[in-house]
Amino acid sequence: MKSVTLVGPQPAGSEQVARILAQRGIKRPVALVTAGWQERESEDEALIASFGVPAVNLRLHARSEELFADSLRYAPPEGTNHASKLARDPELSTAYKARQERLRHMQVFYRMRLESADDVAQAIAVRHVDDALLEEEQRVSIDILKRLDGDHLARCQRLQDEFDARCTPEQRPSIALHRKELAAILEPAGALVIAGGHVASLLNRMRLFGVLDLARHLPIIAWSAGAMVLTDRIVCFHDYPPYGKDIAQVLDSGLGVAPGVVVLPDPSHRVRMDDARGIRRFAERMAPALCLAMDVGAEVTFEGGRIVSGQAFLLSTRGEVDRDWRGGELVGTRPATPSAGGPA
Amino acid sequence: MSAARTKVVPIAHSIAQLAAGPKSKAAVDAFFANNQFPLVDDVDTTFVWRGDAQGVNLRHWVFGLPSSHPLTRLDGTDVWHFTLKLPPTSRVEYKFEIIRHGHGEWVGDPHNPNRAHDPFGSNSVAHGKGYQVPDWSRPIASSPPGRMDEVWLDSQVFGRRSYGIYLPARFRRARRYPLLIVHDGHDYMRYAALGYVLDNLMARLEIPDMVVALTSSPDRLHEYANDERHARYITDELVPHLERHFPLRADPQHRCLMGASFGAVAALSTAWRRPGFYGKLLLQSGSFAFTDIGEGNRRGPLFDPVVQFMNQLRAEPRAMSERVFLSCGMYESLIYENRSFVPVLQSTGMDLRYSESRDGHNWENWRDRLREGLSWLFPGPLLMVYE
Repeated sequence: MKSVTLVGPQPAGSEQVARILAQRGIKRPVALVTAGWQERESEDEALIASFGVPAVNLRLHARSEELFADSLRYAPPEGTNHASKLARDPELSTAYKARQERLRHMQVFYRMRLESADDVAQAIAVRHVDDALLEEEQRVSIDILKRLDGDHLARCQRLQDEFDARCTPEQRPSIALHRKELAAILEPAGALVIAGGHVASLLNRMRLFGVLDLARHLPIIAWSAGAMVLTDRIVCFHDYPPYGKDIAQVLDSGLGVAPGVVVLPDPSHRVRMDDARGIRRFAERMAPALCLAMDVGAEVTFEGGRIVSGQAFLLSTRGEVDRDWRGGELVGTRPATPSAGGPA
Repeated sequence: MSAARTKVVPIAHSIAQLAAGPKSKAAVDAFFANNQFPLVDDVDTTFVWRGDAQGVNLRHWVFGLPSSHPLTRLDGTDVWHFTLKLPPTSRVEYKFEIIRHGHGEWVGDPHNPNRAHDPFGSNSVAHGKGYQVPDWSRPIASSPPGRMDEVWLDSQVFGRRSYGIYLPARFRRARRYPLLIVHDGHDYMRYAALGYVLDNLMARLEIPDMVVALTSSPDRLHEYANDERHARYITDELVPHLERHFPLRADPQHRCLMGASFGAVAALSTAWRRPGFYGKLLLQSGSFAFTDIGEGNRRGPLFDPVVQFMNQLRAEPRAMSERVFLSCGMYESLIYENRSFVPVLQSTGMDLRYSESRDGHNWENWRDRLREGLSWLFPGPLLMVYE
């Protein structure tokens, strides 16, 4: 894998991706993933126009719809040599939907346990005991959250492994057809660009088609949900949900090519940056990973699994937000961690 | 002189200015032209009426306060006023009772544009400091509207009956959707802006796209009061009918019953009769009357079957659902019944959220709680989407 660059949200008119492509000297067409946009996946015209180079959308969402369709509804574009009539895979579809249903339930139960543990932590935090004991209890509370996170991740991984062993997606003709097409697009591409959107939807489709395996020769640029799926641990968060309060929750292992960080896109709208206690608890819970809040303009580049440059907000275990973090002091200091859940 | 006569009545600043001024017709005209009514400052809300009358009363539905307050005439004018301490974020519906020739006539506040409508007409609305009509309850151009239809169902229980169906703007036959069944659903649409609320919350990703069935009853006070026929109609006829005709997620986690007042009793008793079938309940200002001893109740014979049902439920509480959202206004007489229902529901292990507001037993109170209730019961993709 060449360089992996994570960036903040890309509002309309942003020239950040175009600038990075130009800096890398990329002039060939890039491969684009907008699967996180789900049904809007094909509405990519304005985005592609902002790149300054042509782009070919991998259409991962449409491909998965085709695989999982109850009846054939997918029409391949004119002129493509696509054997779509053979591409439905009811057996895979059934197994995939059952796995997703189970994951959804597990996520709900994990979240209930988190809320309960968090309530207890807060009840302990207001007790009037000596500071040393309170500090120790807070560490215990964080450890319990970490254990719940770790247990949830491990169970998700087990489910994924069981699915892979039973369904062997990489050996199925239905998937092989798509992988062949994807390889043909990716092989001559100048870069792989991954947009944000629905993070679970994006992750599942990246995994299903083994996109990163086919893109090892390419630099990657990804933002928001796209950046999250490239890390080794995806954490969903929102400090301002419509129902009052929420607790951050691990969704799954990511694809692991940007390891050692937890990416928090769009913090201006989603994170209580002035809540020192909340920042500290979150950073301690995620440690030793770096918690990087990535607003518009943020940019962090990895090479060989290490951060080589960065500009983001760092949430520290002291409860502070370092808005001047540049990643410089970390160059070469963080060991590259292996992928926890590489492409299937 | 009696103590009541010597009591100093607080007067809003602008009323005090009017009282201190020339009190001419022009001065009174200017007072009405330059203020919004009722007058609201940090702690006081002053209700004002203008005209000739023998007396004027403020009539409201705030449980805990006398339901009628006389307004005082400002000497030398035809201006009547009364000041009430309304806690911040309060919302109070009211009318004026104008006494002429010994008879009272209830009218809206002609100087207050805020009106709330219900099946009985309309009331004026006082907004305490800090209260705002939620933006998500109003039409927003960027929120694509869902589609509404009316569907007929031949019921063995009730004969031919129609229900409303709301399909989300991005409805696709190939997808499967959660189902929300709303008692008094047509009134929710008319008086609680349910259509706009659904459009906006879905557009903001705060709730998932869902199919919403709107039921209404020609005899709700009987059918909703723990009537076995109603439960059979909803569970054995309406839900199977909906699942045949619409792409629904046919499992408890994706089925919700909702209702307000007697509609909440209907939702609760329907779920109670089929434990585990409905995974979510949204109950607003439920008429959950009960007695701790004896079966008599102060609310009249219509409540008898409700009291019987609630007493049975409270004696042997059990988890009939998975997640329950309960809300009630602090200014309703039902606040006691709802508050005391919270530990009963909690004891069953069901996941419960209880929400109170400074409001009464009315549709806009129920409207204002919909975002919290729906998004808590059906968290939308907001947590998953990072653009």
